Amino acid sequence: MAACAAVAIASAAMAQDTETEKGIEKYRQMLREDPWSNPGLLDADRGEALWKTPRGPKNVSLEQCDLGKGPGVVDGAFAELPRYFADADRVLDVETRLLWCMEKLQGFNRADLVKKPHPGGGQPVKELGAVATYVASKSSGLKYAAKMQHPKEKEVLALGQTIFFRRSGPFDFACATCHAAEGTRIRLQGLPRLSSPAAARKVVGEWPAYRVSTTHVMTMQHRLYDCYWQMRMPELEMGSDVSVALVAYLTKTAEGGEISAPGLKR
Amino acid sequence: MRTISIAALGLVLAAGSIAHAQQMPDPARVDAAVKAAFPAAPADWQGRLTPDATMKECSAYHNNPPKAVADALQKRELATVKYPADGKLIGDWKNGEKLAQSGYGMRFSDYPPRTVSGGNCYACHQITKKEVSYGTIGPRLLEYGKLRDFSADATKAVYERIYNSQSAFPCSNMPRFGTNGILTIDQIKDVVALLMSPDSPVNKDQ
Repeated sequence: MAACAAVAIASAAMAQDTETEKGIEKYRQMLREDPWSNPGLLDADRGEALWKTPRGPKNVSLEQCDLGKGPGVVDGAFAELPRYFADADRVLDVETRLLWCMEKLQGFNRADLVKKPHPGGGQPVKELGAVATYVASKSSGLKYAAKMQHPKEKEVLALGQTIFFRRSGPFDFACATCHAAEGTRIRLQGLPRLSSPAAARKVVGEWPAYRVSTTHVMTMQHRLYDCYWQMRMPELEMGSDVSVALVAYLTKTAEGGEISAPGLKR
Repeated sequence: MRTISIAALGLVLAAGSIAHAQQMPDPARVDAAVKAAFPAAPADWQGRLTPDATMKECSAYHNNPPKAVADALQKRELATVKYPADGKLIGDWKNGEKLAQSGYGMRFSDYPPRTVSGGNCYACHQITKKEVSYGTIGPRLLEYGKLRDFSADATKAVYERIYNSQSAFPCSNMPRFGTNGILTIDQIKDVVALLMSPDSPVNKDQ
């Protein structure tokens, strides 16, 4: 008897879930219908201007910054990141590479750049994030193709995978707590299964993305910082090995997925 | 013994890992990377960077430990459960509902605390018909007490599950609310009341 009642409740609840999912999907569709309405494109434009403008103590532009395809080559560079850079002797994602270029070429102080690197709600994405948005947008339509063959790249990838499953903090959370199962939600927010290539290919390429709820562009490093906030961990440092390793793991898992940055999120 | 368990761990990891990341990083390298990634962590937050034995085992086995590990883990976690001095496990379901709604607490933006920490149960569970904004990481809890005849055994079991989820489900995704000091014993009693009181919206007006 109790079992029958439980089955009835479960099926009614499942029908309700399906309705809720349909409602959410309709909202996403509305966001996607007019790509030119994405305010993130303004930040990509701002990033392009920042890329070309002489700035910093050395008063030079970023046009000599090598994103992996030679100094100043922006087209298609994002699709091959993260990668190992011999000059930095490190594997770097787009934001960490820009951080490196802003420090080494323009003479900015790294500590200043990583102090408050992400915007608060309602504030526009910061300069580095705007340039990252510009760089990512110049790979839009391409597929993720980071090679990850260099020993240091392999090492970073393994670190990223380990971190993805590494539980810690007072809530015992890991990335995998929310992102290792298919079709789950937190409240109404769907959670991509980021350990699965099929799911990662669909969503990873949308970052940096304009977020309607916070009215600004959020970069991937910012997205990870926000996850760690929710995980009850301390503030994740932009450009840290952990953040680069997670970007590497997500990007490699999403290999072959199309880049559509800047994306548009709830 | 220790050598055997480490070897077994390595086997599981090799079998479970994705093709693109065969090699396992040195644990000391992982710990150092994590320590360096959170330089703003205050002294009393350093413990958050280091997993305890249970988290280490769950991480290594991707939350799917072999039975021997799971049994030992479960026993260890059950031993951490503390019960109310007066033996009463059911508190106030109205406060339990508030705690189930609130995700406040322990985030780096929550210091110094402006209010009590919540349990955020709705983030992962469907609990009442009335709240339609619920997550699906955890199981549905509709009519939880009613389906268990409001029994004393079920009440004790759910108290233990909230106090320490891993005392019942090794490597559960759910936080160990009592053991890790997220909720107090009184707060846990209130959440138990939400699930187990005949007059709570979980069991009534469905």
